[in-house]
Amino acid sequence: MNDLALHLLDIVQNSLVAGASFITIEVNENPAGNLLTISVKDNGRGMTPEQVQKLSDPFFTSRTTRRVGLGVPLLRQTAEQSGGSLEVVSEPGKGTLLTVCFQYDHLDRPPLGDVANAVVLMISANPEVGFSYHYAYNDRSYEVNTMELKEVLGDLPVNDLYVMEMIEEMIKENQSDLKVCQIE
Amino acid sequence: MTKIKSLDDLRQRKQQLEQSMEIRENSDHPDSLVQIKVAMATCGIASGARAVMNAFVEKIKKEKIPAVVTQTGCMGYCYAEPTVEVKKPGMDPVVFSYVDVAKAEEIVDKYIRNNELLDGILPANYQTI
Repeated sequence: MNDLALHLLDIVQNSLVAGASFITIEVNENPAGNLLTISVKDNGRGMTPEQVQKLSDPFFTSRTTRRVGLGVPLLRQTAEQSGGSLEVVSEPGKGTLLTVCFQYDHLDRPPLGDVANAVVLMISANPEVGFSYHYAYNDRSYEVNTMELKEVLGDLPVNDLYVMEMIEEMIKENQSDLKVCQIE
Repeated sequence: MTKIKSLDDLRQRKQQLEQSMEIRENSDHPDSLVQIKVAMATCGIASGARAVMNAFVEKIKKEKIPAVVTQTGCMGYCYAEPTVEVKKPGMDPVVFSYVDVAKAEEIVDKYIRNNELLDGILPANYQTI
């Protein structure tokens, strides 16, 4: 995985497989506090404490197609090598919250990558799932969710190619604004 | 055109789009569209599935092909990632292996447009978990 946006795509896939109908993604870039935090919260079927414990074992998976489950272990390794950590809170029937943090200026921290593109790909590939995306840069933040997008779009499906392009443009414009305003 | 910033901008652009009729009309009936499913589990993403998915989106937009691009999980062909399943209306799905940006374009040009098969087809697997 070259950047954290790819990890995000991967982790959200876990939520989808857990049958989530609503997923909240938070990305918090905080150079002032030297911290980068990403969290994914879903309302899927959740995990038992035993499953949570085994989550970091690469040879544990609930899949039947293969015998390894590398998504969470890889992300944990990436976090720990860049002075951060990964934490999972889960309860069967309630859902799962995964939080991962990184030391912002650590040499081994992978770049954040194109999160806006990752979010749009997730939204468009799973039109029946609700997504809420929060992005913060220091103390400024931007937020968008699929309920408000669908209200605006009306009959237009979120997986229409032109719609995807528009949503990505909107998210990117707002995200880059958060950074620009702070430099000024 | 000005950049979209707020939901109101989005609403405006949507109306423009609807007027220009560039939006496909049959998107409510996914069965009548070509369905392109990119495998995006850890193995797929690590081998470049995101670039492949973006390439498909770009290509079908450019050539105005009635298709939807979605994600799927791992089918157990981790060694052959990125894999892509293409389901044309009324036909059995076909799974392509080792797809990169160039091969994605080839799949659209050859298989989706002309029903011409390419090298590297995997046995179909209907169970995606």
